[in-house]
Amino acid sequence: DDKLLTMPLSHPDYFNVKELFSLKDLFDARVHLGHKKGCRHRFMEPYIFGCRLDQDIIDLDQTMEHLQLALNFTAHIAYRRGIILFVSRKRQFCHLVESTARECGEYAHTRYWQGGLLTNAHSHFGTGVRLPDLLIFLSSLNNVFEPHVAIRDAAKMNIPTVGVVDTNCNPCLITYPIPGNDDSPSAMELYCKLFKMTIIRAKDKRKQNEAFEELR
Amino acid sequence: LRLIYTTTTVQRKNIGASGPEKYTEEFIKKQIEEFNLGKRHLANMMGEDPETFTQEDIDRAIAYLFPSGLFDKQARPIMKHPTEIFPEQRKIQWGEDGRPFHFLFYTGKQSYYSLMHETYEKFLNVQNYQDQLLAQDLLPQKEKRNLAGSRWLTKIELEEMLLEKLSDDDYSRFIQLLQKLMTLPCGDMEEKYIQKFSREVPAQLQKVVIEPLKYDERGVAFSTGEGKRKTAKATAVVYDNGTGKITVNGIDVLHYFPVLQDREQLLFPFQFLGRVGKHDMICTVSGGGRSAQAGAIRLASAKALKSFVTEKEVEFMRQAGLLTYDPRVRERKKPGQEGARRKFTWKKR
Repeated sequence: DDKLLTMPLSHPDYFNVKELFSLKDLFDARVHLGHKKGCRHRFMEPYIFGCRLDQDIIDLDQTMEHLQLALNFTAHIAYRRGIILFVSRKRQFCHLVESTARECGEYAHTRYWQGGLLTNAHSHFGTGVRLPDLLIFLSSLNNVFEPHVAIRDAAKMNIPTVGVVDTNCNPCLITYPIPGNDDSPSAMELYCKLFKMTIIRAKDKRKQNEAFEELR
Repeated sequence: LRLIYTTTTVQRKNIGASGPEKYTEEFIKKQIEEFNLGKRHLANMMGEDPETFTQEDIDRAIAYLFPSGLFDKQARPIMKHPTEIFPEQRKIQWGEDGRPFHFLFYTGKQSYYSLMHETYEKFLNVQNYQDQLLAQDLLPQKEKRNLAGSRWLTKIELEEMLLEKLSDDDYSRFIQLLQKLMTLPCGDMEEKYIQKFSREVPAQLQKVVIEPLKYDERGVAFSTGEGKRKTAKATAVVYDNGTGKITVNGIDVLHYFPVLQDREQLLFPFQFLGRVGKHDMICTVSGGGRSAQAGAIRLASAKALKSFVTEKEVEFMRQAGLLTYDPRVRERKKPGQEGARRKFTWKKR
């Protein structure tokens, strides 16, 4: 049992997430497009490649590294049977995110975030609830263009976060930020596809390893 | 050993903070066993066969053994199966390893949001299908559906269906989504799904029975009606081809009801239908006082006039309140008060 859990941690890329995406895929899905210069957040400046006609362009090389780290992390969490919660407050992609979560076998929250869901969970759900082990933000702002409350709450409850940060977002409290566009449908579909594939891959790998252990 | 002293105020539990009472499965099972035993005892008491004792027999037996004069039917003693008495409650939402069963568990309102998700999915499917048809120019024409016979589920019914509390906003959003789905040209694809959330409103007229006209020896059409008000009971016979003559208990109306108000009450149904001088009426009335008798005759004559008139006009009469029995009775005086509502004069000292 210990070997099951410690073996993946020794490899740098046990689940081979690098092959799931390429720079060209990211470019075709318009992940590099940011918001206008006036919307730029100060902490996003290191991730921005440049500015063309007032529109910020995100550096896709950095995005590649961050995306690889983030996907690797989600794969490890899914391998160890952790609860993953997809969060997004974009009304356009609410249905897409919920369907992705349902197909993975994980959970989603794309609706109004009630006050103490994570911090006061016993009042909302009852005693003995298991909180999510990872939050994935497919859009880290809420409908009023402020940072989503769940980022702060997850940091308070020591829950790691993975989040797609656009040029107007604050990447501070997110453990694995992924600088990239969160407004285009093509970009969101790409992210959903990638997360779904990593989670399914990790779960299948876990089943395989358990089967190997039993055979011994 | 050290005794720690605590005051009773600390020990007292805040009963309200834990929420409404939760019924465990064992509790409900015990209630069902007790109910079945009690049913058999009741059957023995009434001298009936315990095996073939139905719910109606139980209701009759309870009404006989515990007669109650309370107005509110739900306040009277009842003996029903526990599943009908105790409201349905949610069981534990997660498995042994702690993972919740439903994928929207962490939103808080899982059934409501999953319902919205499903409905929106149907909406998107219909839109895609429509776009395909549009590309081939095969859009069907929308026929106007009759909306008068159906209504959407009320908020309380939806809450019962989902076993969750809803806010007014949530409810209105769901109904708006359903309406949007219905108004699409290809919305008929999802009719079965929409029908789950609509109820039929039977037109009130179906309950009203209109009797046919009777003819007496002279060949004149007539019809009878009965009416009650407070303690007065009246029967009215309305004849066709008349001059507007009204006889009450063998006495002319002007002598029986000297007050104008009572005669106006008698006149109201005829005036409403525009048949003031066209009918004769002979009525008998007993009980009650002056005004109650007038009201009873009014109801009786309106019921008699139903047979002379078209269905639409009967519906108008019903909406005007001519065909409804007036349930107002004298309210009893309560102890500690001077009358039914009037309290004794309040004295400061």
